[in-house]
Amino acid sequence: MADIDITTEALEHGHDHHDDHHDHESDKYRSSFISHYIFSLDHKMIAKQYLITGIFWAIIGGLMSLVFRLQLGFPEENFSWLKPILGKWITVNGEGMGSLDPEFYYALVTMHGTIMVFFVLTAGLSGTFSNLLIPLQIGARDMASGLLNMISYWLFFLSGVVMFASLFLNTGPFSGGWTAYPPLSALPQAMSGSKAGMTLWTISLVIFVASVLLGGINYITTVINLRTKGMSFWRMPLTVWAFLVTAVLGLLSFPVLVSAFVLMIFDRSLQTSFYLSEIFINGQALDHVGGSPILYQHLFWFLGHPEVYIIIVPGFGMVSEIISVNSRKPIFGYKAMVLSILAIAFLAFIVWAHHMFMSGVNPFLTNFFVIFTLIIAVPSAVKVFNWIATLYKGNIRFTNGMLFAVGFVSLFISGGLTGIWLGNSALDIQLHDTYFVVAHFHIVMGVAAFFGMFAGIYHWFPRMFGRFMNSTLGKVHFWGTMIGSYMIFWPMHYTGLAGVPRRYYRFDNFDSFAQFASLNEFITIAAILTFAVQLLFVINFFYSIFRGKKQTELNPWNATTLEWTAPIHAGHGNWPGPIPQVHRWAYDYSKGDRDFIPQTEPLNDWELEEEHNH
Amino acid sequence: MQARSVETSYTRSKIHPQKFALYISFGSILMMFAGFTSAYIVKQSGGNWLEFELPSLFYYNALVVIASSITLHLGFRAFMRNAVTRYRLMVALTFVLGLTFIFVQYSAWMEMMRELEIFLQTNASGGFIYVITGVHVAHVLGGISALSVLLTYALTQKHRTTPTRKLRYELIAHYWHFVGFLWLYLLAFFTLVG
Repeated sequence: MADIDITTEALEHGHDHHDDHHDHESDKYRSSFISHYIFSLDHKMIAKQYLITGIFWAIIGGLMSLVFRLQLGFPEENFSWLKPILGKWITVNGEGMGSLDPEFYYALVTMHGTIMVFFVLTAGLSGTFSNLLIPLQIGARDMASGLLNMISYWLFFLSGVVMFASLFLNTGPFSGGWTAYPPLSALPQAMSGSKAGMTLWTISLVIFVASVLLGGINYITTVINLRTKGMSFWRMPLTVWAFLVTAVLGLLSFPVLVSAFVLMIFDRSLQTSFYLSEIFINGQALDHVGGSPILYQHLFWFLGHPEVYIIIVPGFGMVSEIISVNSRKPIFGYKAMVLSILAIAFLAFIVWAHHMFMSGVNPFLTNFFVIFTLIIAVPSAVKVFNWIATLYKGNIRFTNGMLFAVGFVSLFISGGLTGIWLGNSALDIQLHDTYFVVAHFHIVMGVAAFFGMFAGIYHWFPRMFGRFMNSTLGKVHFWGTMIGSYMIFWPMHYTGLAGVPRRYYRFDNFDSFAQFASLNEFITIAAILTFAVQLLFVINFFYSIFRGKKQTELNPWNATTLEWTAPIHAGHGNWPGPIPQVHRWAYDYSKGDRDFIPQTEPLNDWELEEEHNH
Repeated sequence: MQARSVETSYTRSKIHPQKFALYISFGSILMMFAGFTSAYIVKQSGGNWLEFELPSLFYYNALVVIASSITLHLGFRAFMRNAVTRYRLMVALTFVLGLTFIFVQYSAWMEMMRELEIFLQTNASGGFIYVITGVHVAHVLGGISALSVLLTYALTQKHRTTPTRKLRYELIAHYWHFVGFLWLYLLAFFTLVG
């Protein structure tokens, strides 16, 4: 413990660590490639590690969706050309017709969900931006513990390695859906994906939870303990509020997932019967008696529902910040924004059974969950209203970050409204497990969270790399993604209303669903195009790291917050001199005759007077 | 390992950030056990639940836990007053009590199997007891490894009460009190919910 909380005097006295000659040992330690780029303790570097790992996983997860979309859009097509990549999962018949192995189709769907939810939108999103922005925006030199922060990233990396390895198993990766419901997941003999694939899946996610918990403990401790002088809670940027609440959500909900997994591991390996009861496989009765698969669902969704807020809340924060900065207006209803995040976080814990309306839960019990689910619409509407009110009559700059932030609001509205449909247990009888659900959650937490992430990347790219991303490519990326994702997911509402079930391998042999064949083709083509546009983003991202337009001024967006007061290439410790002090909230835009007033600027005379009169 | 991190010179509250982080992690651990005990209640109300009496060793172990927390606290007082011998003795005693706790839990499991013939697979009711107490023992083992660090420092270092050492003692002690409390909670839960 003693070795991780040492204040470097050098930083206090205006030296960057590059010219730090006071301490030979630390100098040597820091200048090595390994400690700077790999086992870094600097929150800014760890943020980049999270981001790039997240991008890697997003590409894998996205490619997987393309493969199963090809199957859904063109079930009669010859896929033998995929054989070099997918190997034995493409079966070629005598006539040379290659088709996707149905078991592998399920594996792809499962892995797509797992990867996107956990690796991209949890670790890649809040891992990146909590790390980058919390210390910089609250005025701290680093996280409370840089060591735990580093371990958190490397646990995430390790869980990724385990998951990646499972893709190459002879029996295939886990294929029972990202929710891993028993009995499919708990019985290795149930399907080939439930063998070693499920074992690795569980190991990977337990490591992942450890990573999230270590990260979360650090984020909360940092926000509560290390804010600079003057940075009271009500002066914090909404981003920091959002990251704080996200971390609390994760800390309270992920441990319950571990409980669920522990019981699952016992059922799988030690023949207990927590989730299993009276099951026959191949005519053989199993020994498991008296378990309840619903029990797993309760435990899983106690995490699972807060998890969707873990994914979307960082977006709330970043979008609020970016919209305010680029409208040159204070965020409308700052306190309402904070309170609505807190309300949503609270409600997140008491609505989990709305995922289980069709699981045989007592219908009287579901009333309770319906009501609380629908109440979430209230704080959500508050947020949407406030974003629009912030935009209203703003002096809007359509930067790429801003475009994605506004796109986020659009997606959040259209995806949120269908949530009100699904929250009703009566409507859910028709809509449960259909493409309506797929459309709903992809728009409201999948694509919207991606938009939040993109907004954050474009906006804070200079803060990360001291350069800008190419703006033209960014605009193409925005419009391609905006139009593309609506083209993918909007039609799914109609197929879902017609009862088309999700997770099916093909529909052309169902009379009632075959009519959607051309719609499915359309969706698949839209998905391919949208994915191609994402490659533009990836190229832009990596090109700009090295060749992007250089950042020349400290505060390119004229923002009020502290992260833009640190030098462009800030060393470990962020500010070479003393930490800036804060005198006002984060949203003094267009105040009096000033375009913006940084948080570091003391109140002027008339402001003091105004405060006094309050 | 000098200067591996950069601490913010200004901290907001009186409480040390590491202590604060530890308290937050208690919340996380509590949530995991809350998950287990809620599952226990849900499963119990679902029927097919074999009732049996808990081995009495579980209750005796509550006394071990309380005793170990007391010795660890007395050790801290001795540490602060520079009563070196007493401090070393108390830490060693706590360590031994910790090992005793593990041994008694193990004996209790054996008693469940031999005398009550409740095995892991017999019924979910027994399964829960094994799983929950097992996960708890894992957390106690974490505490024991922390205690072994404390003990090593206590026995090998020349005694001085520096802020770092005080903090180390407090972090370990608070964790130890926490896992002890956890056992009292679990025991009360098993007894009351049945």
